[in-house]
Amino acid sequence: MFATNDWKKIIKELSIPLLAISSAFIIGTIVLLATGYDPVSTYSSLLKGAFGGVNNISDTLLEATPLIFTGLAVAFAFRCGLFNIGAEGQILVAGLTAAWVGTWSGLPWIVHIPLTLIAAAVAGALWVFIPAFLKAKLGVHEVITTIMFNYIAFSFTAYFNLKILAEPGQIQTPDIEPSAHLWRLSSLWDMHSYFNFGFVIALVVAAFIYYLLWKTTIGYEIRAVGNNPDAAEYGGIDSTKMILLALLISGALAGLGGAERTMGLYHNFRNGFSPGYGFTGIAVALLGRNHPLGVILSAILFGALTNGRDYMNMLAGVPVDLVTILQSIIILFVASDLLFRRLLSYKSEGGMEE
Amino acid sequence: MEVLAQIFNLETFSSTLRMATPLILAALGGIFSERSGVINIALEGMMLAGAFVAVVVSYFTTNPWLGVLGAIVFGGLFALIHAVVSIEYHAKQVVSGVALNMLAAGGTVFLLNILFNTSGTSPSVNSLSYWGSFKPTVYLALIAVGLTYYVLFYTSFGLRIRSVGEHPHAADSLGISVKKIRYICVMISGMLAGLGGAHLSLGTLDVFREGMTAGRGFIALAAMIFGKWHPLGALGASLLFGFFQALQIRLQGVIAIPNEFIQMIPYVFTVIALAGVIGRATPPAASGKPFKKGER
Repeated sequence: MFATNDWKKIIKELSIPLLAISSAFIIGTIVLLATGYDPVSTYSSLLKGAFGGVNNISDTLLEATPLIFTGLAVAFAFRCGLFNIGAEGQILVAGLTAAWVGTWSGLPWIVHIPLTLIAAAVAGALWVFIPAFLKAKLGVHEVITTIMFNYIAFSFTAYFNLKILAEPGQIQTPDIEPSAHLWRLSSLWDMHSYFNFGFVIALVVAAFIYYLLWKTTIGYEIRAVGNNPDAAEYGGIDSTKMILLALLISGALAGLGGAERTMGLYHNFRNGFSPGYGFTGIAVALLGRNHPLGVILSAILFGALTNGRDYMNMLAGVPVDLVTILQSIIILFVASDLLFRRLLSYKSEGGMEE
Repeated sequence: MEVLAQIFNLETFSSTLRMATPLILAALGGIFSERSGVINIALEGMMLAGAFVAVVVSYFTTNPWLGVLGAIVFGGLFALIHAVVSIEYHAKQVVSGVALNMLAAGGTVFLLNILFNTSGTSPSVNSLSYWGSFKPTVYLALIAVGLTYYVLFYTSFGLRIRSVGEHPHAADSLGISVKKIRYICVMISGMLAGLGGAHLSLGTLDVFREGMTAGRGFIALAAMIFGKWHPLGALGASLLFGFFQALQIRLQGVIAIPNEFIQMIPYVFTVIALAGVIGRATPPAASGKPFKKGER
């Protein structure tokens, strides 16, 4: 994926995320010691839960899948200088849409699966349309509007789930047709993980986003607007159009994450559909330096932490919320990369520096 | 008429004021932070941390007032993380805010487990008693509105805050320490949000519950914007949004508007306000931009 074989640059790019992760685990160790837990057994059980066996690895990748989509969504918008903090709302609305389209009966899978995926992507894009339009045309800060749309989505999806689609007394929508199911590895292998084809779709989409951003004119223009909107405009790029396009694609990417949850994991839309995939996606994008490959790697890390925490709780007795604390500290350190730059005393080219 | 009588009575009015109290306090906090040029979307987490600390302190000291004090102090310290990360290390302020919200959500439940061996609800503690018809935190919120208004517009400190938020380089050239003002303002914002949290845990209940702020920090953010970064505007917006929350409870089963739609109102209103339909809501000019000396 690296066009120029500049290993020095790659090591530079990797050093800050790795420093951030290790610093977070050091602070985690201090927290564990202060609260009377054994850090060694805590971290080893966390690791075992995440990677100790085919089932555990599958579940880690299953947890990583929506994070790849939301991470890509946030990273793509970042590349255009935009902050899509609304991936959480987009994933919900898209997941609900997939749960509705997925119930249409009489379609062969070859039609039904793409149709449901596209419907979810469109729903995600539509949910960010008003913030995108307000940003592109009026310059209204997308952070605030996308936050507001998250909360509108919480109520909106709850209403359509509970009052329209769900059977009375149920808290989830009816199950989707088998023709809209994403193929699970468990149909081939004797395992209980719901790891499914959505992960492969995520990898393909990540490769496509890499291609789009670095190998096409549109991608070049989007990045140009992200680097310097005024200069891009001067160079003949329609920044209004690019802002609109970047946010719509970002919303569609988050939407695909919702589709995977519905079509691969739950087979319906339910209360608590997303435990914060959209917000974690911000962390994933940031840790992955807004690069598709970095997004995949950091999504797997965050997926592993989430998947390993129950095992950690069982074996070491540590509350599962330690993982949330670790994740938030990783974000704080990645965000403060100036701290590490000062320590290492070099300046990075590009990346997140404003 | 029946419905109107249900809506407009003294009970709804006092319920509105109670609902608005945490919003008012956190929105004022948001004003301090953003007026000085630091975006604070971590109001939610600061409030949650405040609510938790208030209960813990009241549990161990049996004095709810020490709990309130603890919430204010800890809110300020928690906000210090946001200040250091975004002022000292020029982190994206929105990212830092997201992280702090996660840290508060994870940290409170983690400590709930450690201290009380539960992950849902803390044991009951001594809570604040009524002063007349309301809990003391309600009056404190109203006093805070007046104080914020006075400080921002009638003191030299307020003038400094506003100049740092609008034209940091001009302020810097006049010898004002941009960093110092921002540090102070972010900490004040955490203290106010912490007090708002204490109102939730000790002013309306006597326990801490996992995630008990339930998005109020973001409604407060909405109230701050809807109120155009002005304390009186934020008061009005908080009362309006508090009224809708009160309405939501009172109208359950009375009329046919689903609860979910009433819940959406603050957020929809804020988007409309930002779109400029009801007069343009414009944030302070330097809001969100790290200050780098000698750079423009």
